[in-house]
Amino acid sequence: MKKMTIEDKLGLDLFHTDEENSHIKVDKETTDEAEIHKLVLACPAECYKYDDGQFSFSHLGCLECGTCRVLSKGKIVEDWNYPMGTRGVFYRQG
Amino acid sequence: MSEDKFNAIIVGGGLAGLSAAIVLAKAGLEVIVIERGDACGMKNVTGGRLYGHSLEKIIPGFAQEAPIERKVTKEKISLMTETGSLDIGFSSDKLSSTAESASYTVLRAKFDEWLAEKAEEAGAEIVPGIRVDECITEDGKVVGIKAGEDELFADVVILADGVNSLLAQKLGLKKELEPAQVAVGAKEVIKLSEETINERFGVTSDEGVAWMSAGDPTVGGFGGGFLYTNKDTVSLGVCATLSDIGYSEVSVPKMLDRFANHPSIAPYLEGGEIVEYSAHLVPEEGIHMVPQLYGDGVLVVGDAAGLCINLGFTVRGMDFAIESGRLAAETVIRANTYGNFSAAALSYYKQLFDNSFIMRDLDSSKGFPTLLTRREIFTNLPDMADDIAAKLFTVTGEPDQGIVMYIINSLAEHTSATDLVNMISEVLEAF
Repeated sequence: MKKMTIEDKLGLDLFHTDEENSHIKVDKETTDEAEIHKLVLACPAECYKYDDGQFSFSHLGCLECGTCRVLSKGKIVEDWNYPMGTRGVFYRQG
Repeated sequence: MSEDKFNAIIVGGGLAGLSAAIVLAKAGLEVIVIERGDACGMKNVTGGRLYGHSLEKIIPGFAQEAPIERKVTKEKISLMTETGSLDIGFSSDKLSSTAESASYTVLRAKFDEWLAEKAEEAGAEIVPGIRVDECITEDGKVVGIKAGEDELFADVVILADGVNSLLAQKLGLKKELEPAQVAVGAKEVIKLSEETINERFGVTSDEGVAWMSAGDPTVGGFGGGFLYTNKDTVSLGVCATLSDIGYSEVSVPKMLDRFANHPSIAPYLEGGEIVEYSAHLVPEEGIHMVPQLYGDGVLVVGDAAGLCINLGFTVRGMDFAIESGRLAAETVIRANTYGNFSAAALSYYKQLFDNSFIMRDLDSSKGFPTLLTRREIFTNLPDMADDIAAKLFTVTGEPDQGIVMYIINSLAEHTSATDLVNMISEVLEAF
């Protein structure tokens, strides 16, 4: 099969993303590398990134699984909710 | 939304919620299902395989009309190393031979949409595109739900809002999930043609394969890989237990890439085209994570109640979801005849639950969550299997030690006697 990046794969999904409002509140100032590392490894959509010592998060492409909430609620993940109705990812296969 | 009061509000239009809706509506109760997706099924993901027995009770012969993918007639389990795979396959006309024993591969967007139609036909109202923010309580009793500025009231609220169940947590029925209790599943749906699937997997168009594997898919971490054949697609995924994230430096998306490229998987997918990528949490602690199932005016069903069993060779959740929805509905029907929706009246759900196959099976597999946190299963065992099988099936003309020595040597290399005895005793306990 041809190799695809995570961006390519997410591009196949249907999203009605609320680009302005993130349904996940993240402490972007954190310097807790161990905690960051877990999220970078676990997030199936690669919403959490750590490149050259720079931590970043984007809710665009979030698959709403809840993994980051379970791993880091109260730490890096300050608040987690589902997107508003009619927003977020929509599966046509599932 | 309507100002009227309903008999029941169901939060979440997945299998548990829709099953409850069908049973309630058929009994003539006024029921509304509130779903945050644009349609039922559009937020839902399965591996997946549905064991049909519990839906048979609600819609006999459902597989004749439901959009199932294939009936599972071939089982395969594998212990995988980076380059090898020891496989056990089973195909028999005993598999899926009756409606009650049949299992089917399904895709939830299509399947749940169909079940939602059945709920509407039965008389349930379905309102999609709305996220429920909280339950409304009066003196500790749940009396309705709030979504944005809208409020809606009912005698009882059934929480079928999935594995994260923020609503059950807010009500204190359920604790926050622990990383050891859940696995993250990442899945690709890969398009092949129906004929290609038939040829490569050795099945007819109605028949399908369920293939579970452990070891390399999660790079030795707790979890596993799965492959299910759909009509003209294949569902390929990995599940990784959250408490074991970081065991290897391979991320979950990379695990899935690695699995797809494994030498024993890749040939099946050759020429395939990914059409969707999805992810979902899977409750994996069985009986140990079942929450408080009822309260004043409220019931919890399906994934929201953590109802799932992972035995490694089979994974069940959807049949539990459907049955729990049905039992919750039976409880509400009974409560309605007495006009009493107190916690005491709704504790009937717990009684039904405890006497159902859900509790029986959760109980009989209560040792599995512990067993499936034995590192040996995900690292040593696949390596040993690879070692022994490679020696067994290789002929070089050099002196041969014989199978017993292969096994003894491999055991000595990969594990200690104490660890082995511990593991065997946990295996025996689990079964």
